Amino acid sequence: MSEDAGEHITAIETPVYLKYNFTAGQATTRFLQQVRQGKLVGQRRPECDCGNVYVPARGSCAACGLPTTEEVELGDKATVQSFTIVWIPIPNNPIQPPYIVANLVPDGANISFIHLMSECDNDSVHIGQRVEAVWKPEEEWDYAMDNIRYFRPLDEPDVPIEMIGKVPLAGWEGEA
Amino acid sequence: MQYAAVTGIGQTQYKARRGDVSIAGLVHEAARNALDDAGLDWNDIEAVIIGKAPDMFEGVIMPEIYLADALGCDGKPMLRVHTAGSVGGSTALVAASHVQSGAFRRVLTVTFEKQSESNAMWALSNPQPFSPHLNAGAGGYFAPIMREYIRRSGAPRDTGIKVAVKDRLHGARNPLNHLQMPDISMQEVEDSPMLWDPIRFLESCPSSDGACAMVIADEGLANDGPRPPVWIRGGAMRSEPTMYAGRDEVNPQAGRDCVADVYAQAGIDNPRKQLDCAEVYVPFSWYEPMWLENLGFAEEGEGWRLTMEGATSLDEGGDIPWNCSGGVLCSNPIGASGMIRFAEAARQVRGDAGEHQVDGARTALGHAYGGGAQFYAMWVVSTDKS
Repeated sequence: MSEDAGEHITAIETPVYLKYNFTAGQATTRFLQQVRQGKLVGQRRPECDCGNVYVPARGSCAACGLPTTEEVELGDKATVQSFTIVWIPIPNNPIQPPYIVANLVPDGANISFIHLMSECDNDSVHIGQRVEAVWKPEEEWDYAMDNIRYFRPLDEPDVPIEMIGKVPLAGWEGEA
Repeated sequence: MQYAAVTGIGQTQYKARRGDVSIAGLVHEAARNALDDAGLDWNDIEAVIIGKAPDMFEGVIMPEIYLADALGCDGKPMLRVHTAGSVGGSTALVAASHVQSGAFRRVLTVTFEKQSESNAMWALSNPQPFSPHLNAGAGGYFAPIMREYIRRSGAPRDTGIKVAVKDRLHGARNPLNHLQMPDISMQEVEDSPMLWDPIRFLESCPSSDGACAMVIADEGLANDGPRPPVWIRGGAMRSEPTMYAGRDEVNPQAGRDCVADVYAQAGIDNPRKQLDCAEVYVPFSWYEPMWLENLGFAEEGEGWRLTMEGATSLDEGGDIPWNCSGGVLCSNPIGASGMIRFAEAARQVRGDAGEHQVDGARTALGHAYGGGAQFYAMWVVSTDKS
């Protein structure tokens, strides 16, 4: 055994690489097939009293746990439920801060998803704001939510707080 | 159900990097400290309950398997618990239930995280085809929820800043903490960089290395040690899905249900009056006013008033000091952070919390949450058995 114990080892970089196969299952398969066609499609359980439309659907109503069997095509318009302005630079992230990550509820759906907002003044983004999807060129569409490049503001009246998450597919024109 | 008590508490020094020990060395240190505190040795322990946050953090999958020898588990049952960030709390509750059920008389429980060896941002950002890959991290997830709280409650913008200062001043009394900021000011917090609006750098928890352990014993063994037993008067866990239509992310139902269960077990109907202090999982400053409401210390929309009035501050002589230890905002070894809350509640009740002791504390709440604010674990501990 050496007399000299040597330098105390406190860090050896040992990278881990993971490659997963994603099995979408029936509900997400249907969702991703529609997204590849440039359409956002939600799902609901017709027998449910709540009638809530989920997007992206995971196959069951999260409130009652039963299968969502009915498909509901949604539009490209959505409402800002909440948002953050991300300032933190993240390694290998192609999006340059500051950028807006928003919780958006598409018209006709009852749940928000997270997506990017752009073509907007960051300081004027607000809860209740109306936005629309900007899709990538059709030749780039894949089985991915990234087919929507981002959402941009619409020149429409804000949705009142109590109506966020309840805007019908027909949209919101400001009428009570 | 059998009575159960905390008879030993062991913590490590919390630091950005514990380069002097491996993960095994870290958990061993906390466990050894808890055994010493309880006046016990490894042979006195019948079972070991271990917990940590997601394995992908350190990239060591199923670490409990290789930690069995470091925790003296040879020939004993060992069980791993995982409930994301709330795991420190749920691990303590699983350990407690091993004793309360009568299955074991004395168990060791330990939780850890070694964030210096970890890549939490990577671990939490695995790409999924049904969601855009935005890499916004935990802060990016929670920031919109805080924004909605601010909108609903009309809380003044400096509420978060006040919590950030208050917990660091508390934390400066606790030598175990990673962050030591005795001279922090409101201005310094306000001037710190915005990370995920409305969360500033100094309104966020640090990334820490550390471990926490406890010994839990039944009624017959509770008085065997050098320390007074701390009785577990109530404990509960709840979960809810991350996403469901109509979910109240600001004031989650699972949190309200969990605390109602714990209070009912402990005979508490007015937490602000009947509890002497609370150790609550506040990784981002705005979660103090939000949890003040969720845990029934204030009416909905009014939590920020307690913060701004100094009710939760030891330095301002508040009636219900929160996070006297400094809380998650001073040390955050994620998997251990919940158990540190549970253990610090027990230290207050034992009266050995040192410079951050609440005078005469007899009953305290320990709280943890995790995932997308969807997993909850809480306990109430007291000097009195019943």
